[in-house]
Amino acid sequence: MSLNLEQVGRIARLAHIEISPAEAALTRDRLNDILGLIEQLQAVDTTGIEPMAHAVDASQRLREDRPTETDRRSAFQAIAPETEDGLYLVPRVIE
Amino acid sequence: MQWEIVIGLETHAQLQTQSKIFSGAPTAFGAAPNAQACAVDLALPGVLPVLNRAAVACAIRFGLAVNAAIAPRSVFARKNYFYPDLPKGYQISQFELPVVKGGELTLLVAAGKPGELAYEKTVHLTRAHLEEDAGKSLHEDFHGKTGIDLNRAGTPLLEIVTEPDMCSAAEAVAYAKALHALVQWIGICDGNMQEGSFRCDANVSVRRPGAPLGTRREIKNLNSFRFMQQAIDYEVQWQINEIEDGRAIQQATVLFDPATGTTRAMRSKEDAQDYRYFPDPDLLPLEISPAWIDQVKASMPELPGEMKVRFERDYGLSAYDATTLTASRETASYFEECVAAAGKSRAKLCANWVMGELAARLNEADLGIAASPVSSRQLAGMVSRIADNTISGKIAKDVFDALWNKAGHDADSIIEAQGLRQITDTGAIEKLIDEVLAANPKSVEEFHAGKEKAFNALVGQAMKATKGKANPQQVNELLRKKLAE
Repeated sequence: MSLNLEQVGRIARLAHIEISPAEAALTRDRLNDILGLIEQLQAVDTTGIEPMAHAVDASQRLREDRPTETDRRSAFQAIAPETEDGLYLVPRVIE
Repeated sequence: MQWEIVIGLETHAQLQTQSKIFSGAPTAFGAAPNAQACAVDLALPGVLPVLNRAAVACAIRFGLAVNAAIAPRSVFARKNYFYPDLPKGYQISQFELPVVKGGELTLLVAAGKPGELAYEKTVHLTRAHLEEDAGKSLHEDFHGKTGIDLNRAGTPLLEIVTEPDMCSAAEAVAYAKALHALVQWIGICDGNMQEGSFRCDANVSVRRPGAPLGTRREIKNLNSFRFMQQAIDYEVQWQINEIEDGRAIQQATVLFDPATGTTRAMRSKEDAQDYRYFPDPDLLPLEISPAWIDQVKASMPELPGEMKVRFERDYGLSAYDATTLTASRETASYFEECVAAAGKSRAKLCANWVMGELAARLNEADLGIAASPVSSRQLAGMVSRIADNTISGKIAKDVFDALWNKAGHDADSIIEAQGLRQITDTGAIEKLIDEVLAANPKSVEEFHAGKEKAFNALVGQAMKATKGKANPQQVNELLRKKLAE
């Protein structure tokens, strides 16, 4: 499997990454190199093996339902580009 | 031309936990903006999610309540999209292996128009999965900017998805109401729709009978049952008009505008549906042991469906009555307390009063049944006096009124104090009737001339003379007897 330039453009758009036509060609080649590796992996016969959801064969540890975090808003907002009335401000988004 | 309506619902129920699903930040409603958004919720570098046990327990509870399969192993996945109130750039959700699979909910769909009958309907569930909520975007004026409050980010949600089983707005609303009652009944969600604790999306399409499914449009964020009804009705008509005018329906997400009663398309971005789900490498698979499921099962209350069957069987109530009385846990326990005090043989009478006068008065006063000024014991006392003929059903309304207004502490003392006891003494009633007949010779004459109307007038006069305290049936019989003499 290999990607064409159009697919690379779509992936970049979904990831909100801007790439120039020159970068797109380079990115395509790099992604295709990685896909080549994946193809080698996929050549292994995995018939009858249940796919894993994680590389570690273990299950999720759970946390007790207890609030442990205190309000550290002022510390967090000290490094935010812009805030007002306790809110983080971002460029206007409206649909 | 006939059209078939096909509706599926997706509901987000906020789970009643103390802390968030993947962080230790509190979930209390109404905190100052961002005061409950910790480093994990803000997606600061290096943070890792840790799953909240109570959120999983809520999902198990729900699965058991709808007879679904609880997955022994389920997986969290990343749903990727960009929006400022989602700082990670993905929402942790479940995709291929949800925690709850299948299940069903049986509900009663009320009659829409006079002459129609209420009917039972079973809605099948596809799945229910755990996920985190996003933050809130405030588009009010911040000098042309958008304000972001991340307090809600990371609040645990159970997304409950149905099969496209409903075929009218009434069915969709009945399902949503039943689900809303159930999640509160089992104590996993507070059901507060105004605060957004319970919100529905409706997938709506239309088709010719027997044709394959039509293209659907999804109505987002319906936060009241009334809006759901209006939105679906409007959307269905819109789709039918489009198709009949020769236009094809485009798959879209739409919003309902309560001010205009219309729906309008929200986003039609070409890549909107491509969330590029993949298993979240930060979270291992969730394992739920049979022992845990048993433990949750042991803590489950009697479910509304089971209680409804018991009410029909033990109290001889109709399906409609039993469904109405099991609409909420509070209503059901009020009714049962009432029956316990009045006696099982008076269950139907208790049901009538709980669903009738009491419900109407509570509704009028905007009170929940738990805050009823008339206690279940007081209502039972009054019902007992109706049942043993001490008072008539008509006089009972006065007694109820007095109880409601705290004019007496129980029915017996009100009946005594206001002299409301029903007159059953035949002699006394006959005496009053004689007086009425003597005072209304014209009506008597008319009756003998064959005017049935005159009889009713005499009954009215007699009831008036007894101040409504006589048994109307008895007055009727005695009056006929007297007039025949």
